[in-house]
Amino acid sequence: MKTILYIIQKEFKQIFRNKGMLPIIFVLPLLQLIILSNAATFEIKNIKFGYIDNDHTSTSRALIEKFNASTYFDVLTDFPSEELASSAMLNGNVDVILEIPQYFERNLQKEKYNHLGVTINAIDGAAAGVENVYVTQIVQNFNKHLKVDLLQPSDLQIQPINIDTIPLFWYNKTLNYKTYMVPGILVLLVTMITLFLSGMNIVREKEIGTLEQINVTPIKKSQFIIGKLFPFWVIGMSLLTVGLIIAKLIFNVPMVGSLPLMYFYTSIYILVVLGIGLFISNFTETQQQAMFIAWFFTVIFILMSGLFTPIESMPKWAQTITEFNPIKYFVQVMRMVMLKGSGLMDILPQLLKTLLYAFIMNGLAVWSYKKTN
Amino acid sequence: MSISVNHISKSYKKVKALQDISFEVKQNELFGLIGPDGAGKTTLFRILTTLLFPNEGTATVAGFDVVTDYKKIRNSVGYMPGKFSLYQDLTVEENLNFFATIFGTTIEENYDLIKDIYVQIEPFKNRRAGKLSGGMKQKLALCCALIHKPKVLFLDEPTTGVDPVSRKEFWDMLKRLQQKNITILVSTPYMDEAALCDRIALIQDGKILEIDTPEAIVKHFPKQIYNVRANNMYQLITSLNEYQHNHSVYPFGEFVHYTDSRTDFNPNDLKVYLESKNLFNIEIEKTKATIEDTFMELAK
Repeated sequence: MKTILYIIQKEFKQIFRNKGMLPIIFVLPLLQLIILSNAATFEIKNIKFGYIDNDHTSTSRALIEKFNASTYFDVLTDFPSEELASSAMLNGNVDVILEIPQYFERNLQKEKYNHLGVTINAIDGAAAGVENVYVTQIVQNFNKHLKVDLLQPSDLQIQPINIDTIPLFWYNKTLNYKTYMVPGILVLLVTMITLFLSGMNIVREKEIGTLEQINVTPIKKSQFIIGKLFPFWVIGMSLLTVGLIIAKLIFNVPMVGSLPLMYFYTSIYILVVLGIGLFISNFTETQQQAMFIAWFFTVIFILMSGLFTPIESMPKWAQTITEFNPIKYFVQVMRMVMLKGSGLMDILPQLLKTLLYAFIMNGLAVWSYKKTN
Repeated sequence: MSISVNHISKSYKKVKALQDISFEVKQNELFGLIGPDGAGKTTLFRILTTLLFPNEGTATVAGFDVVTDYKKIRNSVGYMPGKFSLYQDLTVEENLNFFATIFGTTIEENYDLIKDIYVQIEPFKNRRAGKLSGGMKQKLALCCALIHKPKVLFLDEPTTGVDPVSRKEFWDMLKRLQQKNITILVSTPYMDEAALCDRIALIQDGKILEIDTPEAIVKHFPKQIYNVRANNMYQLITSLNEYQHNHSVYPFGEFVHYTDSRTDFNPNDLKVYLESKNLFNIEIEKTKATIEDTFMELAK
């Protein structure tokens, strides 16, 4: 026990003496949290919008005015011809083109029915989808008001019944993107920092040769590993604390669930990460190698965690792979507990899987750590 | 016997690092492993310090088998790897404390053993190890290897890259440690240090060439060596190499060590030959063989 305490003490001394490392551990992640949470959003604003008005009537102008009034669209140009509009799209000057046909107003009044041409730059498919929704919303809205304007008293009897949907967004009423992203990005930071630090730490001892010296001593494997990894567990937990404080103070993210539950889950989750880190460092010779391998896995884990893209939209095989992704469970748990107020029983499946993962990873890591070759 | 090695072999894939090595080191002996880089010295050290398993053969250190009793060996040996491997970001005192703690002891307990060495670095005890000079680092590493009062001390090239004064001091320290009941196995590529050992083993390409006291090894040298000097070193060596009766030609400081293949060698013949090669200021005199000469002869 005394040996473990001494190693922990030594490890902390080394961490705090490394002047370059301290800001990397504590300042950069928090900057990331603040910047990423503000930047990573699916809302698309300032869409470059162009139109071809072949009608030039008050109705067509009113429609364009609707787009102009929207905060999402920057109404750029009135293109005289379709050709010019296409070449502008090709040059990237415009993302969405609305084409209003000739006799738009007349046909609307006569036939109560008309078509609008919408062309969207779909290089970024996700963005194109969102833009389409915005356009549709504006046109629908316009349509509704138009009906009232065009309605004549005699039409009253045959007015169709409208079914309106009024969505209620539970757990995030205003669909505030930050509320959704902050817990996720916090997860990312805790994972990245603890994985990189623990992965590089033992390799560093290999690199500078101290590991060889340690291996000749009677110190036990378990003593050494616990002593080495415990400080990073503490760092992970303190990162979570600082991150939660920032989430509350700066982003005002609601914290519905219980904090102790979040900490309890995180304390187990970090064990998984440390196990992976140790496992990586057992199979690498230099910090560089360890860094690359850790980076490789974090990228896969993050992209398949449901943090940025929903897991439900992934193909079946990819969904199966995500079952082995610890970050996925952490993201789920954090969002569930923070935003929904889930209790222990709700997160039990994730908790058990994480616990199992922790046992397997640490078992593998300790097993593969050898003092003798 | 403090260390006994019986028919140890070790290979890394295709490279045979050690082939059938056997030797014994007596209690309180200062035993030197002398050989060039890549001879297998470090591999042997790693086997004896239980960091590596041999492919074949057995070895015991302080009476314990290196494979079955490795845990006991780790308690009773001190190892100083060739590369400085202490924590550069910890201070002198912290490093020493750290090693004392993981060996389950304290600095005070074995202070008398390291006292002679530690007093020299004590003024810098709050300095980080990385900021010490080369000689200081060696002293600190030696202190750390000694802090648990080992029975056997393994020093892998302890003086490589250390200045001549510190090297001499270091060997003086080893001599003193020997008197404190510690067996020392030291490896070095420097032949001049070999003479300071009680016994040495000459090792090359994973094989032991000879084991004996330094004096006996020198006596075994079969031929008379001549120091040859002339005005132009480069031309001298080329000319000697072209000389039909030469046995060996090695540059040795300001001289060339020359042996002749004939038994009735007359230095004047050589002088005449060298003068014919436009060399002047020629000196040829008898000299005693050194361990280096023996090594070169054996390694031929």
